[in-house]
Order: sequence, then structure tokens, then C-alpha cells
Amino acid sequence: MQGPETDSEAKDTNRSSDAAEPPASRRGFLKAGMGTMAAFAAMGGVLEPLRGLKDRPSLSQFLQQHYTRLTPEMMERVLERTKQEIARDYGAEVDVKDYKPMTGVEFAYALNLGRCNGLRRCVYACMKENNIPLDHPEMAYIRVLEMDIDSLDLEQGDVLYTTDPAPKEGKYYMPIQCNQCRKPPCTKVCPVQATWTEPDGVTVVDYNWCIGCRYCMAGCPYEARRFNWTKPAFRPEEINPEMSYLGNRIRLRGVVEKCHFCLQRTRQGKNPACVEACPTGSRIFGNVLDPDGKIQFILKHKRVYILKADAGTIPRFYYFFDV
Amino acid sequence: MIRDYLVFLRRAFVLSFSGNALFYVWMTFLTVLAAIGGRAFCIQLVEGLNITGMTDQISWGIYIANFTFLVGLAAAAVMLVIPAYIYRNRDMHDVVLFGELLAIAAMIMSMCFVMVDIGRPDRFWHLIPFVGKLNFPRSMLAWDVIVLMGYLLVNMHICGYLLYMKYLGRKPTVLFYMPFVILSIAWAISIHTVTAFLFVALVGRPFWNTAIVAPRFLGSAFTAGPGFLIIAFQIIRYFSGYQISAKALYVLRNIVTASLLVNLFLLSCDAFKEFYAASEHSSSARFLFFGLIHHGQYYGNLVPWVWSAIVMESIAGIILIIPPVARRLMFLNIACVLANVGIWIEKGIGMVVPGFVPTPQGSVLEYMPTWTEGLVCIGIWAFGLLLFSWMLHLAIPIMTDRFHAKAPAGAL
Repeated sequence: MQGPETDSEAKDTNRSSDAAEPPASRRGFLKAGMGTMAAFAAMGGVLEPLRGLKDRPSLSQFLQQHYTRLTPEMMERVLERTKQEIARDYGAEVDVKDYKPMTGVEFAYALNLGRCNGLRRCVYACMKENNIPLDHPEMAYIRVLEMDIDSLDLEQGDVLYTTDPAPKEGKYYMPIQCNQCRKPPCTKVCPVQATWTEPDGVTVVDYNWCIGCRYCMAGCPYEARRFNWTKPAFRPEEINPEMSYLGNRIRLRGVVEKCHFCLQRTRQGKNPACVEACPTGSRIFGNVLDPDGKIQFILKHKRVYILKADAGTIPRFYYFFDV
Repeated sequence: MIRDYLVFLRRAFVLSFSGNALFYVWMTFLTVLAAIGGRAFCIQLVEGLNITGMTDQISWGIYIANFTFLVGLAAAAVMLVIPAYIYRNRDMHDVVLFGELLAIAAMIMSMCFVMVDIGRPDRFWHLIPFVGKLNFPRSMLAWDVIVLMGYLLVNMHICGYLLYMKYLGRKPTVLFYMPFVILSIAWAISIHTVTAFLFVALVGRPFWNTAIVAPRFLGSAFTAGPGFLIIAFQIIRYFSGYQISAKALYVLRNIVTASLLVNLFLLSCDAFKEFYAASEHSSSARFLFFGLIHHGQYYGNLVPWVWSAIVMESIAGIILIIPPVARRLMFLNIACVLANVGIWIEKGIGMVVPGFVPTPQGSVLEYMPTWTEGLVCIGIWAFGLLLFSWMLHLAIPIMTDRFHAKAPAGAL
């Protein structure tokens, strides 16, 4: 298969490896030079789109360590930098705090399906509280399914129902959000431990550590996780400036996020935004370790069930029917 | 010694750029495709993954599909390694190195497919043990990172060592490669098993959460890999003049035949379970094979693909089990191409996407890759073939003693 030209070139090749280096032929030199130039030009063409790259990570962001490896001083600097990044990118003055779990507290949630009227007030309150762009409803942490009154089959449910009118005759409404599992499959599968369950039972994500592989999304049996396919966009006035590091601060592009029981509120003793917003009182939140608390009352007196018990996740989120 | 190696590297570098016109045309063609893919990837880096067809509901697509297929292609090298090194099959001995080189290329391609799929490639270092925070041994993806890297390194060592010894004209020390060969055999099975467990591990995805995934992966891998090599060997033989015996092709043909039949059998086992004992958990399989009607709308864009895959694999199976037909190289090649394309669809998109449909909350939707995704895929495939061609371009002259430490000038 070898043509005469190739043979001569190959000979050049071998000779050049001899001890005495002969000068490269002019033709060979020209060819190599043109080849190199073409390669550089092609490289430029390939990389050219990168000039439009806007949210390049800063060096300190790139080198930032895992949440659990940050000393208090390092955390101070990270929080300060996060504030500056948000101010720079969104023009908003915000406060980012690292709220710690309270001792003796394990949060749990109960939802009364008999009362929920499907108005999605919880969905919108959650989006506002947790800095989810309102024009991206698919990013909402809570999805409400409109279900036929004679069925528990989620596949028959409708997420895209209209609330005008709601509730409808013959339907009930089933909100689904993160179940804050006691045996969460999502944290188990994460290859870099970017998501874990805190001592108060809240499964959180370190948005600065997540590599965006989305394995946790495949692993979650409740479809509770969302991915930032693009950089979230806000007008400054839409932003909730009270932010928590592991919670509702504006997420970075390319990372996963999820419901965190509004830890910026609940770790200060307040209710999550969805509980506050619910007009029917269907949503009950509290400390499951408190023997006289609301959650223990429901667990003792109502017929509760958990979603997808067969998945073995042991949720901290209970459903019950009560009118 | 170091000096010898540096000389070798320099000569190999020069040899990489010398070849006949056809070599230049082929390598330029692949480089252009790889560059187009590279540019598409740069665009994806700038725009974000929202320019792909993936969504929160179907969060893995054609990238992970290709990744799965390629891990299988890499693992299939073991089907040459076992006869060559363990049973001392002479015919396989001449070609086993090509299989290992393919494993290296396939491994690098599959890693590229992971890199283009993740949202933060800049944080890749988080996966490095101790430096980052690898979730080992809990996460199957952490296992996968380790076994894939390990398999790549083991194969690079075996190929590099044997080729360099051949170049020097020295007899390779058994102790320096045989332990790694044995290791690579176990490792090849493990890379594909771990990749299968990646899917099996997910309790919320009944389509994947079944014990048959790993056996099916191995069955399809040992069909696709040797099938790919049967074709590659004939191309190598035609263009390089390197002697590859018909016997070697027939050994591979037997492996392809057996594996393809096993793969089809396991597929039918899965189909029986999904459709005879149909439950709520069979929705994904129904979506794949027949499509689903959800709130009055039909969703089933994978149906024509999976059926064409099954038809292709079946035709390949029929060709292969009729000896007088399978002995004809032309028919053997047709069977290998059909089996490869069929498996690429069936264990790629046909495996990954239905796992997400219906979603755990019961939504039904479809996935359609975008042009960007397509170009990135083509780019990575071209890059992998470029690597494979380049490695062959160096390896064949070494194996035929034309590229040799003491070779006189112009022996090439």
C-alpha cells in the first residue's frame, strides 16, 4: 500500500533517529510547519466558543473543599465570597448563613390528603422562599398530582392540571416533595459525598461540591431532585435575601438541588414556607423526637402511610386521609 | 535505559506522522470529526446542559448510553485474552494485542462520555480518592471510577510493556506481564458488572433493578466486542498486510455466536418477566416495546428503534447458526455489523432511557437527543477511532519487526 513518497518520508524518519542528525529536508520542514499551523488554527476553531463562557469558577471556588472539611474561618470566607458572587451576578444584597442543626431535633412532616385542595399555594411559596425562578415551574421542589378519588396509582395522576377550578369533583390532590428518607438512596449513590443527611434529618446538597452526574436523581424513588441545566435567572426583587449555605442560596449551574425543609427557617424554629402557605392546614411539620409534638400526635392517632414503602427508604414524610 | 526509552518515544512520535496518503486521509477525516465534536462540547460548556435533550425526568441520555456500550466493548478484550494467554491459542496470540488496544481506546472513549455528561467537569478532581471525597465503597459510581481507571492502566501496562520489549528485541519477563494479564481477565468481567450494578443499584427504577442486567451486559459485550474486532481485523489485514489467520476470525466468530444467543435468550427472559407477569413495574418495558398512552397521548419514540435492534440481532443470530453461511466472510461481516448496531441500540438508549419512563411520580415523556449531543457523540467516537488507529499504526510495525531498536534506516 505504500507509495514511493511515503517510503522516502519513512526513510527520513529513521535517519533522523541516528546519532548524527542530518538537517531536515526543506520540503519536510515546510510540511511540518504547515501541519503545525493548521493544527493550531483548527484548535482555535474548536475552542472559539469558549470565549462566551461567562460563569467560569474563580480559583478559590475551584479549589474549595468539601463542606465537612471547612474550618469555621474557611467557612467565613466562603460565605463572604458567596455573597459577593450573588451581588456580582444578580445585583442583590443578600445574607448567606450556615445554619447548623439543633440538638435533640429531628424534623418530620405529615400531610393530610383529605384536606389538600390542590391550589398549589405551597408550590409557589416554596419557589419564592427557596429562590427557584418562577418561570421555571419544573424546578419546583413540590409537585402536586391530581388523582382520581378511587386510585392511589401515581401513573394515573396528572401534574399539569389547572387550578381553575380546584378542587374538582371526584379528585383528590397529592403533593410530592423530598421524603427526607431515613435510608436515602440518593446519598448512598453520590460518588463524591456531595449530598448527605444532617443530624436533624434533612438531606442536603453541597452545591459547591456536587459534580452534576445526576446519579442521585436516577436513585431517588420520589423524583424529588432537580438539576440546574442552566444558570438560574432572577430579577433582584425576586430574590429572597435570607439565604442558607446548604439551603436556599442561589444555586450554581450544573449542580443538583432539592427540598431541604426550608432549613433557613426551620433551624430557627419557624415552619417551612409550604406549611405557612397552606390555606387548608393540610401540612404539619415538627420535631418527631418531641413526644407531645404534632407529629407524634398524628403518628399515634391517625392512619398514616408512606409513599413507596416497598423502596425501603423509611421516609420522614407521612401521608394520611382525614377530613 | 531511560535514554533508549526516550529515543523510542521520539521515533514513535515521528512514526505517528508518517504514513501513506490513505493514512493521512483517514486520520485527517477522524481529526476533523473529533474537532467538530470538540467544538460542540465547547458550545455545551458555554450554554450548559440545557442544550441537550435531557430533562429532570430523563436525566441521562445518549451520553450514558454510549458509555454503557463502550464499557462493554472494552471488557470484551478478555475474550481474546483468555484463549491467547491461558489456552495458548497460537492464532489468538497474534491478535490479542489488538483487542487490548481496542480496550484502551474504548475505555478512554467511555470516560470522555462521562466527562461530557457531568454538569461540573471542572470538579472532576472531587472523584480522586483522598484529594477529593470519593464515596467508596458505598457508591457504585465510585466503584466504577476505580475499576475503569484500573482497567485502563492495566491494559496500558500490558500493551506498552509487550510492545516495548518487542521493539527492543527482548523476551518479555513473564513476571512483568502475566500477573497483570490474569488481573485484567478478572477486571474485565468486573468493569462491566460494576457498570451494570450502577443501574441495578437503584431501587426506585424497577426497569433496571433486576438481577439480569449484569449477565445481559456481559452477553451483549461479548457479542459486540469480538464482532467489532472481526471487522477491524479484516481492515487491518487489508491495509497493513499484517497476517491474521482465518482461524483467529473463526474463534471470534464462535464467541460472537454463543454470546449473541445468550444475549437473545436473556433478553427473552426479561421480556417474559415483564409481559407475562406484568405489574405496575412493567410500564417501562411497555414504553420501550409498545409505547404508553398517558392522558390520551401516545409516547413511544423508542419503539421503532428497539424493534429494529431486535430484528438486526435476530438476523445476525440466524446467519451465525447456519455454518455454511457463517463461514462466508461476507455474511459473517454482515452479522457482526447487525449485531453491533442492534446491541448499541438495545443496551444503549434502549436500556438507559426506559429506566426513567414513567418517572417515579408517574409522568410519561420522551427523550430526543439534540444536534449538539449528536455531534459530541460523533466527536468522541471519532477521537476513539483516531486513538485506536494511531496505536495500530505504531503497534503493527513493532509486531512485524519493522519498527525496531536496531532496525536499519529505511526498514519501515
